[in-house]
Amino acid sequence: MRILPSGTTALLVELEALDDVLALYAALADQRPDGVVDVVPAARTVLLVTDPAVTSLAAVEAAVRRTEPQRDRRDAGEVVELPVVYDGEDLADVAALMELQPAEVIRRHTGDEWTVAFGGFAPGFGYLTSTSGQWNVPRRSSPRTRVPAGSVALAGEFSGVYPRESPGGWQLIGRTEVAVFDLSRDPAALLRPGNRVRFVDVGGA
Amino acid sequence: MTRAVTVLDTGPLTTVQDEGRPGQAALGIGRSGACDRASARLANRLVGNGQDAAVLEVTFGGLALRAHADLVVVTTGARCPAAFAHNAPALLRAGAVLRLGMPAGGLRTYVAIRGGFAVAPVLGSRSTDVLSGLGPPVVQAGDVLPVGRPELGMPGIDLAPVADPGAGELSVRVLPGPRRDWFADTAWATLTGQPYTVTSESNRIGLRLDGPALERRRTDELPSEGMVRGALQIPPSGRPVLFLADHPVTGGYPVVGYVADDDVDLCAQLRPGQTVRFRHTTS
Repeated sequence: MRILPSGTTALLVELEALDDVLALYAALADQRPDGVVDVVPAARTVLLVTDPAVTSLAAVEAAVRRTEPQRDRRDAGEVVELPVVYDGEDLADVAALMELQPAEVIRRHTGDEWTVAFGGFAPGFGYLTSTSGQWNVPRRSSPRTRVPAGSVALAGEFSGVYPRESPGGWQLIGRTEVAVFDLSRDPAALLRPGNRVRFVDVGGA
Repeated sequence: MTRAVTVLDTGPLTTVQDEGRPGQAALGIGRSGACDRASARLANRLVGNGQDAAVLEVTFGGLALRAHADLVVVTTGARCPAAFAHNAPALLRAGAVLRLGMPAGGLRTYVAIRGGFAVAPVLGSRSTDVLSGLGPPVVQAGDVLPVGRPELGMPGIDLAPVADPGAGELSVRVLPGPRRDWFADTAWATLTGQPYTVTSESNRIGLRLDGPALERRRTDELPSEGMVRGALQIPPSGRPVLFLADHPVTGGYPVVGYVADDDVDLCAQLRPGQTVRFRHTTS
């Protein structure tokens, strides 16, 4: 663990691997140190944002070093099921890259249990990882200027669902009708770090 | 009479802002809030509002409001001509108009009304986040903005003696950031040695700066990581972007340094063409 400076109000904790990030995030989210207003996990780091009126960076650093990572970071709660029509524009490309038939890509995507690792790209966007270790899909060489809301996509070891229309470079394999971010719902974000997710093939392609 | 104002004119950009949405960054929801927090807090204090009351953030003047009832108003931040209530709370009578000209120095003027702007909150805040689109819509001419009931007593201050934002070069404190070691040895001296100019491609998300480019030592890709207001992120051009209130929650370019948090408010008053000098500090 390396603790890197991030100005007068934040600390960036750098870890070896995504699993270490999730374990530390789970522990910090469970028991947030005094005066920490935000804990932001990412691929290799956890950012802690403090309220300087309440705490000091030294106190937060000491609290982080005392924190026991929670190795089983997955929620015990129900699995979020996302019905997907697998008719994405890049499904054939992804299958070719993986040297598989498209149907086998779908079988693997629906067969894995996914966990929300972290967010950050847009409100409600979750970077999902699976424990199978079978995903390593390059991004598209040229990003799309417009990816429709609900697009189910792959990039690197991650899968994700676009919460709303936006530019994006991920490979699109399908779409879901489920709104992963909905301001009329509480909580608005369906996919929160630690949540478990399963994709369900509903056909109709 | 209803406690409200009708917006007659907005200038280039007027938004509703408060203390923002802390605690939701892990869901990809940035904090947002007033760009110059010190000025927004002063405005609320001067009219006896709580710190979390919503104010208007007016960019480059041009706002005009008509009061529906007798309201206590104040403006802070960039001083606009003919603003009779700058740093000094004043009564705006029912039917009277508050009209802000173009400020001579500074960029953002805050308008607080006793009771606070009572537009509907989104995810716990009345701040408009121009990056994510969350929060109340951008203020438009013709809008009727409701004003809340006063909750606290007036502070009994006629005038707050604060300096107006300057029109010349600004000097701010900068601390080494998490990825300073991704840059060449000379990069820190470059960053702190010469002034940078604020370009017109600047907004509530950040200030895009022009000046000497910083040379990378490591050219591999950085996995995206969390950041806060004040980050000096270095995109491939080598020229810094200083992130303000509506910055992205995570970013994939290395952050070489951070402007000290209090000084970020001063940076939020910089206009395109103005220069800023980064002064090395460690605390």
